[in-house]
Amino acid sequence: MTSPHLQAPRPARPGKRAARPPKGPAGPAEAHAGEPGGTAVVQAGPGAADPQSHPRRSLGDTLFKVAAGGFAAVVLLIAVGMAWVMTQAARPSIRAFGLGFLVSSAWDPVRNAYGALPYIFGTVTSSLLALAIAVPLALGIASFLSELARGPLARVLGFLVELLAAIPSVVYGLWGVFLMAPWLRNGPQAWLSRHLGFLPFFRGTPFGVGMMGAALILAVMILPTISAVCLEVFRAVPRAQREAALALGATRWESTRMAVFSYARSGIVGAVILGLGRALGETMAVTMLIGNRPQISASLFAPAHTMASVLANEFAEASGDLYLSALIEIGLVLFGITILLNILARWLVWRTVGRFGSTPAA
Amino acid sequence: MSTDILRRAPRSSALAALLSLALTLAAAGPAPAAAASLTGAGATFPYPLYSKWFDEYAKANPGTNINYQSIGSGGGIRQITERTVDFGASDPPMTEEQIGKAPGVLHIPTVIGAVVVVYNLAGVPAGLKLDGETVAAIFLGQITSWNDPKVAALNPGVSLPAQAITVVHRSDGSGTTNIFTDYLSHVSTAWAKAVGKSTSVNWPVGLGAKGNEGVAGQVRTLPGTIGYVELAYAMTNKMTYASVRNRAGEFVEPSVAATTTAAAGAVSKMPADLRVSIVNPPGKHAYPICGFTYLLVYREQGNRTKGEVLAKFLWWAIHDGQRMAEPLYYAPLPPPVVSLVEAKVKSLESGGSVLLK
Repeated sequence: MTSPHLQAPRPARPGKRAARPPKGPAGPAEAHAGEPGGTAVVQAGPGAADPQSHPRRSLGDTLFKVAAGGFAAVVLLIAVGMAWVMTQAARPSIRAFGLGFLVSSAWDPVRNAYGALPYIFGTVTSSLLALAIAVPLALGIASFLSELARGPLARVLGFLVELLAAIPSVVYGLWGVFLMAPWLRNGPQAWLSRHLGFLPFFRGTPFGVGMMGAALILAVMILPTISAVCLEVFRAVPRAQREAALALGATRWESTRMAVFSYARSGIVGAVILGLGRALGETMAVTMLIGNRPQISASLFAPAHTMASVLANEFAEASGDLYLSALIEIGLVLFGITILLNILARWLVWRTVGRFGSTPAA
Repeated sequence: MSTDILRRAPRSSALAALLSLALTLAAAGPAPAAAASLTGAGATFPYPLYSKWFDEYAKANPGTNINYQSIGSGGGIRQITERTVDFGASDPPMTEEQIGKAPGVLHIPTVIGAVVVVYNLAGVPAGLKLDGETVAAIFLGQITSWNDPKVAALNPGVSLPAQAITVVHRSDGSGTTNIFTDYLSHVSTAWAKAVGKSTSVNWPVGLGAKGNEGVAGQVRTLPGTIGYVELAYAMTNKMTYASVRNRAGEFVEPSVAATTTAAAGAVSKMPADLRVSIVNPPGKHAYPICGFTYLLVYREQGNRTKGEVLAKFLWWAIHDGQRMAEPLYYAPLPPPVVSLVEAKVKSLESGGSVLLK
């Protein structure tokens, strides 16, 4: 995953790295892009100077390697195990519908006809809309807190942002249903319907609940996550970066854009991926606000449905074998789409970072 | 090497200690506590009543303990099929296919639930009159405005606004939906053909909301809506509900009494296994949208002690337990149904001899 480009910005310490005992390069390659890669170096330093402690340290290293490797393997095992179990359980549905499951819009438990397309559409659309709303806002919040706000104000606001990330989603859902949806229906949606009703996005009766409501509540929910991570990443940008930009005559905005944003680009993408993950998997608040109707409509007013919410809604009472396995296949598809979107996002970072080369740290 | 031994030694001794502890526990904790403890799982719809039952029954019979998980009817059927619980609970009766996988399973009706049509229409505070065909047409999306001639014909003298109807239905699978769609399938061939009945169906129109509270929330906040919730929910939350025309042609308000009357009217067509739909029954005062909820038990009980506790509890539930139903807005079983269920409970056996003496 970690590309050489991501490694480049970090100050390299070739001498000390070489002094590290067995398999030196493996360590840094594992490390994350945003993290300072100093720990290994500290360990390696005294060891090279004192041959007496060599065996003890190597035992410690082995233990550490085995334990950490074991923990990493657990993650892999869980992921593979989940995919395996879901594939097994989804087999009747896979056999009955084949690839048609992914492109069919039927969902009829009475006639045992199932297709995932409206749910895929709903999940992807609501999550991407939420990102489109939340990312610019989150970048603004994080820049304000790291670049402009000073002293207690910054600390209080930063704390509040992190606090928002800890609110359970059912609370967001209740707030959405009882406050946001009626407001949305009587305010913005009524206005849009009156003035822009000719656009396909604003056709139909506004209910408050629907795609727009779900996207908005998701945006509110992922906003603190993205802002909090971006804020940490921005704070990690060395002071010298900003000062260099300012010394060259850059304005505050220019220094933020050139020195902070570009330096923190991979961290920002990490934050966005986290937000996307939460949006894709969010169940409760979305169920309460999306209208739960498996249809594909261009209108943002129209109710829709998502993969996570159909699972939460129908799993408990599903009794037919095919019905149950179709629901599990939906879970499997959600799993796959989450992986695909993550890979896509990482590939995008790779490309952009590649294009800009190692400019940020140079 | 030496470190290997050092690391291994304590681990194996700890393992041995754990093992011996487990053995002691297994030896020390046999039957007495487990004997009077039953586990069940299933339907959420009767859960408020069931939890009261288990509570009261445990108080009246010290040492007896019944655990129930309201995981949904589908889950209840799965668990009783796999025999991971002592009894299951389901709103819809099991299908032939499901019974095939759980041979010897009995259906024990416990109470009757009713489903109420609720609405939110400015200017029509309560008592809107509807019949089955009209409700079906509304939920099919054929009647789209409140002042439709069909609605108006049923409500002479009521000024209905020219407002669009927004249908709200359950998005989660539920026994409530099963009863409601069962009713619509009985009264409208168009509904039976296009949609059918199940705990969750392919709704032609409308918004989906999770749970009774979700449907109620949408109906409350959205003007022009119509939806359905269970009787208890409509009553305790004082929702605006409609009277529905029954088979005898009378408009009946939903109530516990009208629901029990409906079940009494259906006795004549009760099959031997008690799996029956009682929607739209005959009877002048019968409320037409209702259905039994069932406990699922095996006739042949593997464990005699547990089986006896279960049989005694079931007997108690269809007699003493019935008195607790009405305050919670569940309709008690009418006497003719009770005597049918008595026979079922008496048929429970273990090792060839009956459990209830």
